[in-house]
Amino acid sequence: MANRRLAPPNLQPKEFAFTAENSAWAKKQIEKYPPGRQQSAIIPLLWRAQEQHGGWLPEAAIRHVSEMLGMAHIRALEVATFYTMFLLEPCGKKAHVQVCGTTPCMLRGAEAIFEVCKKRIHHDPGHVSADGDFSWEEVECLGACVNAPMVLIWSDTYEDLTAESFEKVLDGFAKGQPVKPGPQIDRQFSAPVGGATTLKSEKV
Amino acid sequence: MLDDKDRIFKNLYGQGDFGLEGAKKRGSWDGTKAILDKGRDAIVAEVKASGLRGRGGAGFPTGVKWSFMPKTVGERPHYLVVNADESEPGTCKDREIMRNDPHLLIEGCLIAGRAMDCRSGYIYVRGEFIRERERLQAAIDQAYEARLLGKDNIHGYDFDLYVHHGAGAYICGEEMALLESLEGKKGQPRLKPPFPANMGLYGCPTTVNNVESIAVVPDIMRRGGAWFAGIGRPNNTGTKLFCISGHVERPCTVEEAMGIPLRELIDTHCGGVHGGWGNLLAVIPGGSSMPLIPAHQCDELKMDFDGCTALKSSLGTAAVIVMDKSTDIIRAMARISYFYKHESCGQCTPCREGMGWMWRVLTRMADGRALKREIDMLFDVTKQIEGHTICAFGDGAAWPVQGLLRHFRPEIERRIDEYTRNAERQSAVQVAAE
Repeated sequence: MANRRLAPPNLQPKEFAFTAENSAWAKKQIEKYPPGRQQSAIIPLLWRAQEQHGGWLPEAAIRHVSEMLGMAHIRALEVATFYTMFLLEPCGKKAHVQVCGTTPCMLRGAEAIFEVCKKRIHHDPGHVSADGDFSWEEVECLGACVNAPMVLIWSDTYEDLTAESFEKVLDGFAKGQPVKPGPQIDRQFSAPVGGATTLKSEKV
Repeated sequence: MLDDKDRIFKNLYGQGDFGLEGAKKRGSWDGTKAILDKGRDAIVAEVKASGLRGRGGAGFPTGVKWSFMPKTVGERPHYLVVNADESEPGTCKDREIMRNDPHLLIEGCLIAGRAMDCRSGYIYVRGEFIRERERLQAAIDQAYEARLLGKDNIHGYDFDLYVHHGAGAYICGEEMALLESLEGKKGQPRLKPPFPANMGLYGCPTTVNNVESIAVVPDIMRRGGAWFAGIGRPNNTGTKLFCISGHVERPCTVEEAMGIPLRELIDTHCGGVHGGWGNLLAVIPGGSSMPLIPAHQCDELKMDFDGCTALKSSLGTAAVIVMDKSTDIIRAMARISYFYKHESCGQCTPCREGMGWMWRVLTRMADGRALKREIDMLFDVTKQIEGHTICAFGDGAAWPVQGLLRHFRPEIERRIDEYTRNAERQSAVQVAAE
């Protein structure tokens, strides 16, 4: 279990409300579930709230979503603290880097990625860099094991990294021009380097 | 090697169009109405005949699972839930299906829905797969637009399909936790029974299937259960996506026949183990929950359910994690224990407390800072966790540690000896107090 707490009160904004666009989107989400089961939409709604709020989830947003769904506030708080993709503390403005450190990535050199994070962002995970632009954390398996080591930044994965190519990824975010997501070496998604060994005869 | 004509996932690497046009060219949505018109019993019988076993890890026969659903729809609707919460370390196969060939899954959902009289289905995608989820939604939107899904569709069987997502909890891959999460709660598994076929999503009859299990169904229905059953070995039929990661020259995901020898799999598709086959230390054949298999047993290992079970491991999700002799095996396993410590939902005491305990002991053992009697104690604790929790998470966390102790006990003892020796040597050096 991970021990997760809300950010201290001095960092919490007083109010939160969905933009008109996100409100309309949220209504559509709720319609996916049978009548009276609107609580099902909580994870998608909290996620959208986090995206709207610059990558982290304040208490006011949790309250706002729980009211939208007619849930007890504590139930929404339970969900927000249970699921680790909800960041409860502020993160870097330009990039929040989630580095996979689980065994398959560890075997392929995730340690080098952590070193770059420690050097360039902050010595400790969960802290925002001095300029406020970057933050990083170690996460558990992100499900791109054949493209290890890899990181997830916002919605995109950057795979098959080395310390050098990861620095370039960070440079891209620093300049506001992210590099192309996916494998950072010459490779078609999860196919072996150098070309697929299968699916050669069939035209697809 | 599996013939290309026998492959189901023809766009595995995203060489072609993921969308409806591309999928139709690859054979999807061909004669779907005729398949649905066969009726539920015929579909279930065909899937049973194919011998398809669930691809999510446990290997339960899919057709049998479907037959557990009530035969008639009563007051409560039936639900199909697809488990796309692919989080088992080493596993990255469903990701390729969702982003590169989503129509296989969508058509499979419709057929599976028909086989169980479901009128709606939910696909629960793990939160981290953001682009994959967008792809899947785009493909579903195409299917609605072409009236392949939804009310009054061209197949004459009303069926709605929704994408739902999680937010980074491994435990939500457990079917009962997944249903809790889908209902908007913390993902803490429920006790079974009642089983989901009686009381699942919203208290209604529900079947939860893995993405790959569902995605192969359209091909089984079109080509026949006998075709699928003809690949692999009896009781271990069909094709399977293997994800080979770790210390191989070219890690990849590849579709192969069940029962392919491990060595052939690695040599043909991955360019071999780093430093050659002789440099192999151990493999984990089915994702991090499964016990490792040491190199000397790998020569004959056939990659299917029975082949792995014979070596006291399991095929799991067929995520092969290869470790060569440079690996610090104790540290690698300690990292897996850390994963389970992090992901335990905290509901059952043996799991919540035991995961952290195992991780701390293994971390000390990696340094050699342990007593030899603690090795037996650790084994005993794994046995106290296994089978004493609500869900199989406790088992899945205990097995890799048991595998380590079964095969690498001498290495742990060697490290303890080495540490003790160094400690004695150091104690001889007297350092003056500052």
